[in-house]
Amino acid sequence: MRTYDAIVVGAGHNGLTTAAFLARAGLDVVCVEKNDYIGGAAVSRNLYKDWIYSNCSYVCSLLRPEIFRELELHRHGLQVTPYGGSVTFMQNGDYFGSYHDDEVMYREMCRFSRHDADAYKAYSADTMRQCRFIREFLLSTAPDPTSFKPSDIRELMKIGGKFLEMSEDRMYETIRFWTMSVAEYLDEYYETDVIKAAFSGSGIIGTALGIHSPGTAYVLLHHYMGEVDGNVGSWGYARGGMGAVSKAIAGAFQAAGGELRTEAGVDQIIVKNGKVTGVALENGEEIRGNLVVSAMDVKRTFLNCMQESDLPSDFYRRVKNFKIRGSSGKLNIALDGLPTFTALPKGSPLIHSDMHFIDSMERMERAYDDWKDGTWSKDPYVDMVIPTLNDPTMAPPGKHFMSCFVQYCPHQIEGRRWTDAEREAFGKTVIDQIANYSPDFKDLILHAEIRTPQDIEDQIGITEGNIFHGELTMDQLLFNRPVPGYAQYRGPVAGLYLCGSSNHPGGGVMAAPGANAAREILADLKRPNTVPENFGDD
Amino acid sequence: MTTDKYDAIVVGAGHNGLVCAALLAKAGKRVLVLEANDQVGGAAVTRPFADGYSTSACAHLLYQLQPAVRKDLGLKPALARDELATIALAESGEHVRLDGNSVSGVSDEDAAEYRAFRKRVNRYADLLETYLNMAPPRLGTKDKRDLVTLARLGFDIRRLGKTEMREFLRIIGMNIFDEVVERFDSGLLKGAISLDAVLGTHLGPRSPNTMLTYLYRLAGGHGRMAIAAGGLGAVSDELAHVARGAGVTIRTGMPVRRIVVENGRVAGVETEDGTRFSSFTVISNADPKRTILDLVGARHFETGFARRATHLRAKGNAAKLHLALDALPEFRDLSKKELGQRLVIAPDENYVERAFNPAKYGETSPAPVVEITIPSLADDTLAPTGKHVLSAVVQYAPHALREGWSDGTKAAFEQTVIETIARYAPGLGKLIIGSELLTPADIEREFHITGGHWHHAELTLDQFLFVRPLNGAAQYALPLDGLYLCGAGSHPGGGVSGAPGRNAARAILARGIE
Repeated sequence: MRTYDAIVVGAGHNGLTTAAFLARAGLDVVCVEKNDYIGGAAVSRNLYKDWIYSNCSYVCSLLRPEIFRELELHRHGLQVTPYGGSVTFMQNGDYFGSYHDDEVMYREMCRFSRHDADAYKAYSADTMRQCRFIREFLLSTAPDPTSFKPSDIRELMKIGGKFLEMSEDRMYETIRFWTMSVAEYLDEYYETDVIKAAFSGSGIIGTALGIHSPGTAYVLLHHYMGEVDGNVGSWGYARGGMGAVSKAIAGAFQAAGGELRTEAGVDQIIVKNGKVTGVALENGEEIRGNLVVSAMDVKRTFLNCMQESDLPSDFYRRVKNFKIRGSSGKLNIALDGLPTFTALPKGSPLIHSDMHFIDSMERMERAYDDWKDGTWSKDPYVDMVIPTLNDPTMAPPGKHFMSCFVQYCPHQIEGRRWTDAEREAFGKTVIDQIANYSPDFKDLILHAEIRTPQDIEDQIGITEGNIFHGELTMDQLLFNRPVPGYAQYRGPVAGLYLCGSSNHPGGGVMAAPGANAAREILADLKRPNTVPENFGDD
Repeated sequence: MTTDKYDAIVVGAGHNGLVCAALLAKAGKRVLVLEANDQVGGAAVTRPFADGYSTSACAHLLYQLQPAVRKDLGLKPALARDELATIALAESGEHVRLDGNSVSGVSDEDAAEYRAFRKRVNRYADLLETYLNMAPPRLGTKDKRDLVTLARLGFDIRRLGKTEMREFLRIIGMNIFDEVVERFDSGLLKGAISLDAVLGTHLGPRSPNTMLTYLYRLAGGHGRMAIAAGGLGAVSDELAHVARGAGVTIRTGMPVRRIVVENGRVAGVETEDGTRFSSFTVISNADPKRTILDLVGARHFETGFARRATHLRAKGNAAKLHLALDALPEFRDLSKKELGQRLVIAPDENYVERAFNPAKYGETSPAPVVEITIPSLADDTLAPTGKHVLSAVVQYAPHALREGWSDGTKAAFEQTVIETIARYAPGLGKLIIGSELLTPADIEREFHITGGHWHHAELTLDQFLFVRPLNGAAQYALPLDGLYLCGAGSHPGGGVSGAPGRNAARAILARGIE
């Protein structure tokens, strides 16, 4: 029976990234995926007639450019087209627009407050400074602060060094930034409620926290530190939907000789004599491998696919307590035409942007209170985009695809499974929220896919459907991610590695955990490193 | 009118101001303390609230007074009752009792887990205690003392051992909600711990950072609580006595109107009546916002610094309710002895979180969390014979009530609180002879604390240690020559701990007084 050098479990973008870098180092790698399609949460699905849905993740920004270039993803068909801006519709019929052009942005902000318009420059500079600080560490392994190993001490010194390069005042600002809430952070710059509400959304997306929860200012960075085509903070659409990202990485993997197997769900990771020896598939087949790399979230990896007796008890307990909370839902909608938005002037470029429907900080926070009570937000935060305006390949001519990311939506309703009626009601809440600002919207709907976190868990396999594979709170970041002492992509059993978003630096279609894991594996195998260095700020 | 010159003037005779003044005087300095109210003690005072009844006005339990402060000043506060247990009240009468490191009324698993939990948090609290009792180091300086302190901090954390160090670094930014849900089954136990973590803050149990506030409470005494004989005012009186003994001049009824700045440095203070007191060192026991923006004035500071001071968060949420009772109230299934303990209403962690929700929108909790003491059971000086005083800290009652605090909104909230307590003590209503509700707005007005916040500035990681109360003022000296802070707004924070006062005195003496 064939024994692979490495088996990667899960063909999400991180699993594929690890697999590709390992294959490029000459290893014999197989990547197994339970679904009949690859991509995990970065997929393009054809669920209604000729429409292509990015039915889970929907925009591209965080994908590390180092990886893009190293794996030559453009050769494998990945094209990312930038788009930008956002609009927040207001209950009084007005709107607040966000524009890439600084002059336009300034004028728009002046409609609400000269003070805020003036503060925007400082806000952007301060936020970007924090981004630049953290971006340095995305493509490196988090150091273990308890360790005396030279590599850990070197990395700690590097972080310390970067920190010490700042002025004393900047250091304090950085400490504050990492620990404060997004609401307080925005309060320091702005006075206008709608402007604060518009900017605060990025602090809560994908997390089970409210805008007033300390630590959410940091989450903001996860949405600002991306880049498209060298423009830091930009967003883009992958042509053909988010599946194009996974497909391109898979292409790089296969070009390097890797083997991809779909409809091969893993039932168990097999451990013998304290070492992994392979995986047992759900169909009973066994695949042997010297290494097993799990791209699944940590809970699924250890609680579902391994035996408790094979794991250290303290580790097992930690994994059980790992916080991975479903807090976001998704609506994917096929439209018969382009909806109009009453507030937007004719020809406004904002129709191409992210659209939001909550205009006050209070409404943002109240949306979270509903989640805490075990139900979906009755006045939800929706991040809505119409990608077909930029990418006509996703729908027939004149028709459109709309993606609605919804915050908050719990994994379970008051502690039990969702009923179909509740899922429908959730969908209706979201559709009504949008229809309040677009009178013709409802009539244009041809088909809608409604996904609660539970559906995402059932279909993709992510525990609780948490898009980041685990909360981005301080106790689960850096050397604490996923579990203190296991933050360097190595599992507690010999030959077992982790490469999913449960690991540093976390979720988003970034591919950084996958690349970092590959580097650590190759180091353990004493193979030449195929993973690119951090570009830093070039 | 100008009077004699002092080595230092302390603005405010709160407990921290008195600690600071006493320590400076013991070092041979001539110190004047000016207090706006007629009584010393700031928020730690005992005062009458109804005919024949008095009680500790704001703070009502003694639990954080730092051992280092007791030792340096030779304090021996008389205690009417020590080592109070906490009784988490159940409407059913099946209460849960938390006593030191043990808990009863819960499952054996919970009891064992609680012991393990306490052992661990006490260890972290001990680590924290060391750093609460020193000025926080500055970052990025070449100053040897700062570097040594930082190195020591790193070393102390490492010395916990690999496992404990990891755990410490994990939980320090965590919320109390996840911690108690991970560990315990009993709602009352989870509720009581959650309440301890959020008392005095604008945070709910789900807010990250509430693990820190919980540890803060345990630092320096592991949360051992006592009722001071004569109320907390007696502790302040003892402090004033020690200070006077060391040569401090204390003048009450002398509100400071402004801190005088001349030639770019502090030159003294001016009181409301126009009297001017000169000194090149002024130490403010007032909160940072009041000190920087009102007493000195933003124009004397660099713009960025003044801006940060404006944004300092101090949203008080803790109200105080005092009830004059005709007789001892009866709580369901509680003996008289148990009534003398600390009673809390926080049935579970979600209740506490739900109580917090309205505070975010400027509304009071319809079902508030309450911490109750009946100090008259241990101390017969507080009420006429046979009568009793009930003193309660109540959350959440936001300082900036959306409707505004008026007689009407106050009465409504008072009624809510009384009804909440009466669910556990039926018949309470009939015993009430007199009452007093102090909202954060009242506390702000009567005790001159911005926002009526008991930490003077929110106790969160972004306003802690190196950045408390704000960048450039964490080491007690403000960026204006001769001006210092010594109150709860500075490191480490509020509670009747004396730590900020002591740390400030030491920092000032280390710098030297002109």
